[in-house]
Amino acid sequence: MEMIIDLASWAFILAGVFFIFTGTLGMLRLPDFYTRLHAAGITDTLGTELLLIAMMLQAGWSIVTVKLLMISLFIFFTSPTATHALANAANAVGLRPFGVPEADLRPKTTEKA
Amino acid sequence: MRHILGLGASLAAFWMLLSGSISLDNKLVLGFGIASVVLTLFLAIRMDRLDGFPVHIRLSPKLIQYWIWLAKEIGKANIDVAKIVLSPNMKISPRMVRVKASQQTDVGIATFANSITLTPGTVSVDIDDDEILVHAITEDMATGLIESDMDERVTAMELKYR
Repeated sequence: MEMIIDLASWAFILAGVFFIFTGTLGMLRLPDFYTRLHAAGITDTLGTELLLIAMMLQAGWSIVTVKLLMISLFIFFTSPTATHALANAANAVGLRPFGVPEADLRPKTTEKA
Repeated sequence: MRHILGLGASLAAFWMLLSGSISLDNKLVLGFGIASVVLTLFLAIRMDRLDGFPVHIRLSPKLIQYWIWLAKEIGKANIDVAKIVLSPNMKISPRMVRVKASQQTDVGIATFANSITLTPGTVSVDIDDDEILVHAITEDMATGLIESDMDERVTAMELKYR
């Protein structure tokens, strides 16, 4: 039983590391601020949550697991709020997104993609 | 007043859970706990959020169902964005689109906007009235979001709280 838990937690850690690596790579490769936010999103959501699940498996049924669960819940709520704050600030000062068609940038367009 | 007391009680309970000790021996730790609860209550009263818009969060089966659905969507979108980042030529076609939000309450719209941001590939940039301005990393993701039933799901969940 212990070995199964260890293996599962290894799998989660490796997957989490993979997604954090991918997110970081995206931060470096993508062309502008807005697109980089998407790459950061990978690290925030899947990367961190997978690592937290792996840690929960290692901690077992204890107070530590409850704390880890709380951490994952808080990340779940705060990380999109922070991302939105960044994107909103960039938009408010008029940072132009890379590669977006001109029609999208006109205020209050009614047509949709 | 009732909200303040309720918030204080839940904060105290949460602090006990995190500190893992409810014994009265360690006066310093207990003092820190009481001080942080009182400080948070003071800030909450100052921000005047308590009587204005008390937010009720109830763990209903519907909410958990939505979370499970959202987790699946997040997983799928993550893999899509990871594919884009890892592919050698990085085929991106960023779009800015406006998505209708049919929710009635602030909490509902916030839930929808946060769900959009949580799903990688789409970030909510601005909110005016009933529309959310969304930046999407590819055209497919923009159309995918417009066609998805995320909006209806959030609205259906929201109706329970009114």
